[in-house]
Order: sequence, then structure tokens, then C-alpha cells
Amino acid sequence: MLTKRIIACLDVRSGRVVKGVQFVDLVDAGDPAELARRHAAAGADEIVLLDITATHEGRGTLLDTVRRTAKELFIPFTVGGGIRSADEAAAVFDAGADKVSVNSAAIANPQLIDAIGRSFGAQAVIVAIDARRAKESADPVGEAEVFVSGGRTRTGRQVIEWAREAERRGAGEILLTSMDADGTRAGFDCELTARVSEAVEIPVIASGGAGTAEHFAQVFQAGKAHAALAASIFHFGIADVRALKRELALQGVPVRLPC
Amino acid sequence: MIPVTVIDYKAGNLTSVVKALRYLDAEVTVTDRAEDVRAASRVILPGVGHFAATGRLDETGITSALRETIGRGAPFLGICVGMQWLLTGSREAPDQPGLGYFQGWCERFPEGGEKVPHVGWDQILTRTSSPTRLFGGVEQNEFVYYSHSYFVPTTISRNGPSQENPVAAGTDYIKMFAAAVEHENVMGVQFHPEKSSAAGLRILKNFLEFRC
Repeated sequence: MLTKRIIACLDVRSGRVVKGVQFVDLVDAGDPAELARRHAAAGADEIVLLDITATHEGRGTLLDTVRRTAKELFIPFTVGGGIRSADEAAAVFDAGADKVSVNSAAIANPQLIDAIGRSFGAQAVIVAIDARRAKESADPVGEAEVFVSGGRTRTGRQVIEWAREAERRGAGEILLTSMDADGTRAGFDCELTARVSEAVEIPVIASGGAGTAEHFAQVFQAGKAHAALAASIFHFGIADVRALKRELALQGVPVRLPC
Repeated sequence: MIPVTVIDYKAGNLTSVVKALRYLDAEVTVTDRAEDVRAASRVILPGVGHFAATGRLDETGITSALRETIGRGAPFLGICVGMQWLLTGSREAPDQPGLGYFQGWCERFPEGGEKVPHVGWDQILTRTSSPTRLFGGVEQNEFVYYSHSYFVPTTISRNGPSQENPVAAGTDYIKMFAAAVEHENVMGVQFHPEKSSAAGLRILKNFLEFRC
């Protein structure tokens, strides 16, 4: 049976893992290569490394971090943050990533999705969408808006319509982050996740708001997510992936339980 | 160190496959030249993306080199599209012939129910009627990582009088499909062993240690 994936996310700045609450107040949480190995050993289904500074000067450091992290990692490994061209994606693949995630650059230049897909296959392109509910709207979920640049800039584009375009252009998966929920540890935005998942054929990875195992069960069931991503929930020993998966199995969610 | 030749036909990224093989102490040669393939003692044909990309194997002469290499008994492993290429062809690119080592066509998962592509960790049931060498030491119902929209049906057969069914493992997603094939020195896996954690490494190791 196809299992629901638990993806451990490492937000990385200058070669170190950091985690903030709603994109601010960053705290140091360790070495990416070591954390990735630890998560994989505990049963994480994938690792995502997001370069949250993504400055031009930081590219060399990022590639080195990717290389070190990929070295002894034998589960799917995604890298995102600041990838602006197919050439930059190629460098990240070369360093050992299996997939790249594109966000702001894809909004600015949607053909980037087609270009990476053509060279590396659709499965290798994840389109990351930072979404905020349209609070003023009569349909705040249906009209949720896409934000870019680490959540600082609104785009005026609607999440569902952008997810559909990304799919049409050949994205392999959608990584949907609810900016309203991110960092709150109060649960995923299940309603928004379900709406996006119903709108596209490709798998949707839910992100933002994980605090308990219950939250994951909710986003897999009510939220119709195929995978869920969490960062801080693991870093500070709140739960490890193994404990989380055992809990999910007991709640009837199909997961890969490592021995 | 066991020498293994990995074919680069510009269909996606080879880094993960090469990394896993080197981790297993293989001596890896990556090549896009027919003469290297002809001289190879053990060959891996990876491949992600579109079946049409295998057209490059014909253009570069690698297809005929592979026929010879397989014909003299060198172990061959196709991964993902590399496994699909062993068939007559694929509905994904009907004009692009496969190697035709096995008779049958790759089909697309029907839409409407489950998500297509099939992405993530799913379980394999390995053949028990006769032993497989690829899955030695791998548990029944082991999880492996998939990422594909087209699949090899379980009804394929070996060309020739025996018409033996080469399916070595199956996975049930929408319908039961061939997770792996194995016939003499020719093997293929639809999943990605290089991304399938310890079980995947074990399968790659079995391939590296395969003796005809």
C-alpha cells in the first residue's frame, strides 16, 4: 500500500539548520548532514533542505552543504531556495539532490518549471507555494493568495490557479506551506490543503503548523495530503519520526514503519 | 571492487545511482559511448523521465552494443525507464521501440481514482515460485521508493518458445504491476533502489554480486 510520507525539512542558513516562528526569530538547530542522517535513520521518508537566505554569495556554501548532506543519504533528497535557472538547478542535482523545489523564481518565470522538467524529468521538480488565506474574501480558502520572497511579498495570484498551472507545466509535486499556520504548532491548514489536493492530479505535500501526531493524521485524512513536512517538531526532541509514525499507524494512517 | 558501467543517455540525473554504487564499493564508469558499453562486464541503465529519451540509445549505437553485451551474459539492470525499455515499447512514446527482450507494452495508470504519478514508498511482493537473486535477503512487503506514471504489466513474457513470465516482484497500486523483472542475466526494477534506503542498497548489492 502506498504510504503517507513524512518529510523532514531542514531550513538552512549559511550551512547551519535554523528554524523560526512565522519566518522570523531564527534559532540554530544543528548541522544539516548530521540531522538528515538522524532523520533518515529514524524513518523519515524524504529530506528537504531549504536554503532560506539564498543570497548570491551563499550559493557556494549551499552546494557544499548539499554535497555533504547527500553523501550518505539513500532516501529522496530535495533542495530548494533561490534556484532561478535550469543551470542553477543542474548544479544542485550535480551536488546530489534528487529533486529541486522552486518558489519565487517560478512565479517570476513560470517557464522555469518546464525547463527543469525537460532536462531532469517532471518528478524532479517540486513547486513550492507559500499561501495565505484571503481573510477579506467571502471564500478565504478558495481565494488564498501566493506569497514569495520568504513570505514577504504578495503576488496577487491565487493558490489553486497557480497550483494548476504548475501541474500543467510539468511539476511533479506541490509543496504547499500555509503561512498562517507556519510555526504556530497549532496544526496544518487542512481545508486549504484539501482544496489544492482536489484541484490537481499530482501529489501535494502539506507544510506549516505541525505540532502533534494528531495534526499529521488530520492533514492526511481531512487535508487529503500525500505527504507532510515538518521541521521544528523534530529538531528539539518533541517527537522523532519513528515515534510520530508509530502514532500515525495506530490512528489508521498507512506509513512506512522502519525496523 | 566490482566494475559496473552506468549508461548516461541524458535522461535525468545519475548522481544518486552512482553515489549508491560507490557506497557499495563498486568501481563505477559512467559513459555515453557504445564501445564502453560493448566492453562492459556489468551494466546499469538508469532513467527517469520520458520513454522517448531512449531514442538516444539507438542514435548512439548503445542499443546494439547492449544487445551484444547482454547476449554474452553480462548482468544488466534497468532502473525505472531503464526497465521499461526492456519491453516491446511504451504507450508513452509508441513510435520509439524498446529493446524487445520481453514481450509487452508499458501502460499508463488510469486516472480518476488514485493520484498519477505514483510517488512515494510502496510495498513489494516478491516471487516465491522460483527464487529471485535480485531480492535475496529482502523481506516480503518491504518498502521501496517509486516515482512513475507508466508501468510494466505483470502479463509480459520472455520472447521465444518458453514464454516464461519474468516478473520477480509486484506492487499493487490501482492494479498489480511489475515492480521487478529477472530473467537469466537481465534484470529491471521500476522503483528507485538508490533512494530506497537499506532495502534498495541490498538489491543493488545483489546485482553487483550477481554471477551467471
